[in-house]
Order: sequence, then structure tokens, then C-alpha cells
Amino acid sequence: MKVSASLKDSPLLDQWLALDTDGRITVRTGKVEIGQRIGTALTRIVAHELHVDPARIHIVPADTRQSPDEGYTSGSHSMEHAGGALTLAGATARAHLLGLAAERLGCDPKVLQIDDGLIRAPSLNQSVSYWELLQGRPFDIPVDLQASPRPTAESGLFGQRLEPLGIRDLVSGRSCFVHDLRFDGMLHARVVRPPHYHARLQSLDDDVVTGLGDARVVRDGSFVAVVASDEFVAMRAAERVATRARWQHVKDIDTTDIRTQLLDHPRTSLPVVDGTPHREPVPPLGPTPAHASLTLSANYHRPYQMHGSIGPSAACALYSPSATGPGELLLWSHTQGIFPLQQSLAELLGMDAERIEVRHVPGSGCYGHNGADDAAVDAALVARAVPGRHILLKWTRADEHAWEPYAPAMSMSLRASLDDRGNVIDWSHESYSDTHRARPRPGPNGVGPARLLAGQHLEDPAPAYVPVPNMARHAGIHRNADPLYAFANRRIVKHLVHDLPLRTSAMRTLGGFANVFAIECFMDELAHASGQDPLRFRLAHLHDDRARAVLQRAADEIGWTDPGPPGEGLGIAVAQYTNSQCYSAVAVRARIGDDARLRLLEVVVSGDAGRVVDADGVEAQLEGGFIQAASWTLFEQVRFAHDGISSRDWESYPILRFEDMPRLRVALIDRPEAPSLGVGEASCGPAGAAIANALFAASGLRVRELPLTPERLRAQAMRD
Amino acid sequence: MTEQLTLTVNGQRHQLEVDPQTPLLLVLRNTLGLTAAKLGCGLEQCGACAVLVDGVATLSCVAPAGQFEGKTITTLEGIHSLTVSGSRLQDAFVENAAAQCGYCTGGILIALTALFDRQPRPDETQIREALADHLCRCGSHARVLAAARATAGHTEHRA
Repeated sequence: MKVSASLKDSPLLDQWLALDTDGRITVRTGKVEIGQRIGTALTRIVAHELHVDPARIHIVPADTRQSPDEGYTSGSHSMEHAGGALTLAGATARAHLLGLAAERLGCDPKVLQIDDGLIRAPSLNQSVSYWELLQGRPFDIPVDLQASPRPTAESGLFGQRLEPLGIRDLVSGRSCFVHDLRFDGMLHARVVRPPHYHARLQSLDDDVVTGLGDARVVRDGSFVAVVASDEFVAMRAAERVATRARWQHVKDIDTTDIRTQLLDHPRTSLPVVDGTPHREPVPPLGPTPAHASLTLSANYHRPYQMHGSIGPSAACALYSPSATGPGELLLWSHTQGIFPLQQSLAELLGMDAERIEVRHVPGSGCYGHNGADDAAVDAALVARAVPGRHILLKWTRADEHAWEPYAPAMSMSLRASLDDRGNVIDWSHESYSDTHRARPRPGPNGVGPARLLAGQHLEDPAPAYVPVPNMARHAGIHRNADPLYAFANRRIVKHLVHDLPLRTSAMRTLGGFANVFAIECFMDELAHASGQDPLRFRLAHLHDDRARAVLQRAADEIGWTDPGPPGEGLGIAVAQYTNSQCYSAVAVRARIGDDARLRLLEVVVSGDAGRVVDADGVEAQLEGGFIQAASWTLFEQVRFAHDGISSRDWESYPILRFEDMPRLRVALIDRPEAPSLGVGEASCGPAGAAIANALFAASGLRVRELPLTPERLRAQAMRD
Repeated sequence: MTEQLTLTVNGQRHQLEVDPQTPLLLVLRNTLGLTAAKLGCGLEQCGACAVLVDGVATLSCVAPAGQFEGKTITTLEGIHSLTVSGSRLQDAFVENAAAQCGYCTGGILIALTALFDRQPRPDETQIREALADHLCRCGSHARVLAAARATAGHTEHRA
């Protein structure tokens, strides 16, 4: 079993598990709950390893004071990292407790049986419980990396349907989001951002909020916030400041067509071999092979898109000064990385990280690096200026829409040749994009503060962040750029393009969505151009049995052989997320209307995530991944002008609605003895391509640029 | 600025000293501590702030609290006991795991409660119409629709 990366930083059993004196088990993880039900799955893993009722298990919300540092909750890694660590931690604890019981009962540990934490020696008719053995003491041993996990089938737990932790609180309004925190004497805060990226505060009257209750302004350079004990007063104060502040327009946002900027701007170009970039010259795109009978080239494009959390980012902060030394900062945040935020904030504020505590509190679904960390910084800055009071700071809808770091616009240039038997003999894929990696991360040259939004607005600003290529396997721009197919000659190139107009960072799948969109649309184009069935063409080039199985399953479930009446069409696509995580295929039946609107009628999402710990949770992630990606594919594009972002609300940035929902079902292939694979992002890439391929099948329109809006479809129909 | 305001929320009359221009949502959340209704957009565009006003699903993030005197307000906290369909819908949401992050869930439950209290067996079109103004970003749509269909007694729940 591959050892979880989390155990390298937190090797001690007590960092993960504790036996409480009241018969409960405390589980610690640095991974955070973001609606993906990680807590539900981890509970089941520990219950399985320790032979206990899941109800005994209590997961501690992540907190920098007591949780293991597991970096970010990202990349669909939580089951691998926290799940892997807790599997070994649970197995270590079980073996240790069996050893203690054997000593106590004077028998061979092999004869012992466990039932809900009670260890019995049937032949001796004696027993002792976990809790009696430890009596509140720590384990005081490391996690045994060689510990043997229990066979999956042994507990019967993994086949059961699990109620998601906390769902009863969600449906009854009892759950507490960051936005819902309340403390005595708490002040409400709002930020007042510049009108756009390149504006600086020129002047703001000192008495601007006079007459608005106890409202006051906090200012540092171009960072402006207001606080008041009444939230409505804070909102009105923010509106007044926004109206009266004078901003200096430093320069325009470059509105040149982003597709042109992606190709023309300076860039760092690297060849990608087996999913990994190399610091070597990029091999030129050679002539087409001599024995090629067909060569196609195509360019695909995805615009800037946003996370678009339904709840705007928020945070609560309390700065407690000390008469004798440096003060302490306590933060409640819905960040995906409590430790990176703590350390980056320490760098920005010039504080010792030990004096900053970050507690995770749920926020609205984030899908990557949204405004959560930036709002936490905003709250911290206000708290430092107003010490001794809890500051609950909320972004507005326009703050979130206009200032969150977007998913970068991407262009993909593909070329492939087929021989006369219809086999791919040559494949080239180049991806052009800004960085997907601007999450706060401490490090040399102040890169932590440089990635925090407010850091750019301070009187003494943090240096601007200069992205460098991510060299990890299947990371960032080149995630899933290397196709899963068995192509002999492949040339994969990543281009990190510099000086692009909008702020970008990690959004669900990073480059994976756009790369799979391009690959799987291009496979469709190649199949049609060579007169082959798109499903059979894929299967002929796909040697990975698990990929073949999910593809075939989706095709079978949708009824691939029945394309439906004229105006309807079927599209299909497949990928394995990062070529190493969950396999997923998506099949879509769609209809094109006279209004040029593409309507999704029926969708099948198939998945193979190895051992399934929480089948309903896996299905929910595959469904959610499809639905969000369908929204990107059909509706979404961040619009901007020289003087700011124009997509500032849900009317100027429409997303998928209930009326757009197709019939949707998930088909899971369970592999009980294969490692559990991350599932949160697996269906997104195939979703985009399957929809575009269904559009082609329904209408003959090959649209290579997202979103597939009626306007774009009409324009394409005119061109064709 | 503050005035006396009487609001009836979840069956209780509250005499409040607030600025009547304050959006109802902020009075519910900050003055009465009823935080189930969420601030999502503040623009009446997303549905997260929905509450029942005399049984009708109503967005609360803009409308001033002063407009709601004499009306009966029910929030998510109250639908279990104060509406006909609320608890059945809540059970169906649990059964279908019809929430991910849950930020939009309360508003959606309010919209469906208003629908089902008026029309106990709505059809698919009526369900979708009731949810027309509600946004979800996690992609729990299929499960929300399944929970609503189950409550309406449709035989085909998912898909």
C-alpha cells in the first residue's frame, strides 16, 4: 500500500487518533469538509479498522493548534492522504490494543475477538475494552507504516448506505457556517475594493462615515474596510465609501482577445513526457508522418470562468494585543488550507506563525481557490486595526464575482494523423494558459503574501506574484494533457503564458477540464473524419481495461446504438483524472432546438474509484462534477472591460439552473480490493467533451470554444 | 433611526427596536439569531435568503423589515412544526442526501415547502418552476429534484 503523504509530516498515532474516556474515539485530520462528505468517509474508515460503531467516532474540525498538517484539501487527494493515513493509524491502534489486551488477559492476541471496541478472549470468557486499556492515556507510538489494514469485506460497513454527517443540521438550519458566527461585542465588516485591478486609492475624506452610527473606516494604502456593530450600518458605510472614494486609474486591463494574448504573450514552454514537464527545449512540431492517410488540426478554447460560490467569502478574526509582547490572532475561516493560510498570513503581517491560530468553519462550496483566504486576510487586517473585538467580515456578491481568482482562460492546439487503417500514428497537444497555482503558500521571496489579494493593496504592498511552471506530474496547465490512449508518438507541450489580464488560480480540475475537453472532442473529430464510430475508435486506442470498462458502461447505459430522432444526438467522452485517480466516462443525449439552445435530455456518468467507501458520496461527487462542468460548458464566461470586471452578479454571469437539468444517473464500478481513488473532479472533463460531442451529433456543429451559448451556435452555423 | 417594529416569526411575536429599512434577512439573522436564511447575493438573484411570508416563498435580502409587520414569517427553523410539508421534505432531503455544502439548501426547502403546502402532489414542471429562482453550485440539483419527486409520490425518483 502506498504510504500517505500526510504521515510524513505527522508520523505519530496520537496526532490522528485518541481514545476518549467516555467510550468515544476522536479523529483528527487536516482535511476540511467542503460538502464532499470527507468526514463521512473517514468515519467509516476508522470504524472499519477499529471494529467500532461509527457513532463512537468524532471528527475534530481542522484547527492549526491540534490537527495534523495535511496542506490543502485539494486535487481529490483527501481519500488518499487522510484516508490512507487513518487506515494505517486505525490498523496500528487495533494491533497495539490487541497486544495490550493479550498481555492483560494472558493469552495469544490471535485468539482475541473485537466487538465494538470490546476485546474478548472467548476461551477464557474474559474481556477488556479499548478504553479500559488506555484509560485516557495517549498511545505514544508512531503509526506503523507496515500495519495491515482489514480486508474491505470483513466489516460489511462499506456496502452500507451512509447518512452524510451533518445533513440533518443542514436541512433544519442548525448548522453553523462562518457567516453565522456570533460573539459578544462582535463588529461587522465589509471591504471596499478598488474599481478594478489597476486602480489605487487617491483620496478618502476622514469623516466619510460620520453620522452612520459607530461606523469607522480602516485604511492601509488602497486597502479600505468599514466596521460597525450593526451589519446594515456597515453595508451602508461601505456603499458611502465606495461612492466618495477617489481612485487613480493606473492603467487599463488589456482587453485584446484573450485567445490572441494566449498565443502572443511571452511564455515559458516545456515538453511534457509521461505527464511530467521537463526543462528541455520543446521539440518542434514536425511534418506529418509519410504514411499518414489523414491529418487533422484543431484549436479549442475555454474562457476565464469563476468558482462562483453561492455564499460570498467571509471570515471572523480576533486580534488580542499583549502588554508584554506580540499579540495573538485567532481566525475562523473556510479556507481549504488552514496551515498554508496561517503561514502566509504570518509572513504578510510580520507575525510569528505560532501566534496565529486558524480554525476551519464551513463556508459555501468553494471548488478550489475562491475568495476564502483573501477574506480571511481582510478580516485579519481589520482585526489588527480594531484589537480586542471579534470582526466578522463578509464579501459582497460583487466582491466575490470580481475579485476571486478565476480559472484561467486556456487554448489547446491539437494535431493528429491516422494511418489508412484508422489508427492514430502521431499526436500533438499544446496547452496555453496562465497559472492554476496561486493559492497562498509560504516560501522564499514572499510568495505567500504575494498571493493574498489585500497584500497588493497595502501601503507597503507585497511583491507581485510571478508564477513559475508547476513541474509536478499532471499538475496545473498540463493536468490530463497527456492522453490515456496508447498513442505511440505523442508530443505534449505546456505553455505558461505571462502577463495575462485577470487574476487566476486553482479551480476544480485545474487544466484537466480544458485538456480533456480538447482531447475528447478531437477524438470525436478524428473518428468522424475517418468514418469510424466514436465509441469504437476510442476503444481501439484504449488499452487500460478500467478505462475501457467505464467507457463501455456509459455507452451501454445511454443506449449508444440508438441515436434518437433528428435534432437529437449522443456524445461520449472518457478520462482518468490526473491519469492516476478516478476513471470516469460521460454519455450525453442532447437536443438542439430552433432557438439554437442545446438541451441536455439524459446523462450517464460512469465511474471507477477503486474501493468505494461511501457509494452515495462518490455518486454525489460524480453528479456534482458533471453538473458544474455542464454549467461551465453551456453558460459560463467571465466578461471584462478596460476598467473592470463586468461579470459582477448572477445576471451578468449566468450558471446552470434547475430547469436545465437532464435526467442524470451514475453507474459505479466497485473494485473492493483496489485502492480508493480521489473522485471529486473525475467527471468534469468528460462532461464538457461529451456535451460538445452530443451537440455535433445533434446538429453537425463542431464548436471548439466554450461556452456553447445559442449566440455562439448561431454564429458557428452561419460560418459553416 | 431605530423604531419599534413588531414581527411574527415562527409563531412568536417579537417587539424589536430596529431601523425599519434594515433588510428582513439581517433582522432575522442578527437580531433574532435565526441564521438558517443565508446572505448569498443581496440582490434577490440566488434564493439563499428565502423565507415564508404568509405561506409564500419570499426573498428577504433586500426588502426592508418594516414591510413585514402584520405578516406571518416562517424560516427554515420553523418549517418542521409550522408547515404541512416541511418535515416530509426535510426527511426526503436527508434520505436523498440532497445537499453538498448546504448553503443554498435552506432556501430551496422553503421554496418547496411553499409549493407542497399549496399543491401536495406537484408535477415535474411545477417542481422546476418553484425552483426557478434558486441557484446551487455544488451540483445537488439531481438529488433535490429526486427528493421533491419522492415527496410528491412520483414513482421514478432519480433521473
